[in-house]
Amino acid sequence: MRWYWIDRFIEFHSGRMARAIKNVSLAEEYLHDHFPGYPVMPNSLVIEGVAQTGGLLVGEYNQFRLKVVLAKVPHAKFYCEAVPGDVLTYTATIEHIHPHGAVVKATSHKGEILQAEMELVFAHLGEDFNDRELFDPGTLTHMMRILRAYEVGKAADGSPLKEPPEETA
Amino acid sequence: MLTQEEIYQKVREVLVDALAVDEEEVKPEATLVGDLGAESIDFLDIVFKLEKTFNIKIPRGELFPEDILTNPEYVKDGKFTEAGLAELRKRMPFAELDQFARNPLVQDFANLLTVRDMCRFVELKLQQQEGQASA
Repeated sequence: MRWYWIDRFIEFHSGRMARAIKNVSLAEEYLHDHFPGYPVMPNSLVIEGVAQTGGLLVGEYNQFRLKVVLAKVPHAKFYCEAVPGDVLTYTATIEHIHPHGAVVKATSHKGEILQAEMELVFAHLGEDFNDRELFDPGTLTHMMRILRAYEVGKAADGSPLKEPPEETA
Repeated sequence: MLTQEEIYQKVREVLVDALAVDEEEVKPEATLVGDLGAESIDFLDIVFKLEKTFNIKIPRGELFPEDILTNPEYVKDGKFTEAGLAELRKRMPFAELDQFARNPLVQDFANLLTVRDMCRFVELKLQQQEGQASA
């Protein structure tokens, strides 16, 4: 995984809610062209970061045994721009989880200010995709580790979150 | 148990939310795909929202028994066979199939479901659930 749009988790409650932060920095290349002289983080990349927060939350619920993909963004509303120097806090809450996927409600805040809110639908890919590798084994656990989910995470019973024994997704 | 009108209003809300359509467009006879522009991924969203709204469980293939499409006994030369239509009637008791059965092309199958069918589907699920609870 080399497409990180969050920097670390600050909360991770298995099967329920995760909170991650994203530091918007002028060192990030995309801001040089979006837009020249007026750097603004594209809303699509905010959605991507929120989807990573929610997607890992949904994936972890099944111990990364099912392949989770972002299927649909039914709603997304942006209230203000994210610019270099901002620290965005993404909060993703599982609204509904189903054998075929999940619905996640999420927000992005700049401090106390609501920057964006959205709903995301994730799908668990079916057996038709079993022969296709989306990620190398262990990639998602590695991502969780880098993002420090296991340092702050809690399992459903409130005990510290543990890495799954083996990741197959 | 919810009344038919209550079910209709809630189904309507789900469809307005999932398909970003105006409430006036969601009429009982409107087809989900043709009239309301639903795409395959929207059905996933609709199923999740129906489950949450009505507190029901909808297993894969119940609303849309796709496995019938790949069974050569049920589908031949792009058309449902008599056995295929019988299977559809059995598996989709909530759907209005009479008109479709006159020329049962597989390509039209995806556009079969109407808002009314969805309401009937929910109604049957709720009845089933109530039956199980009192059994």
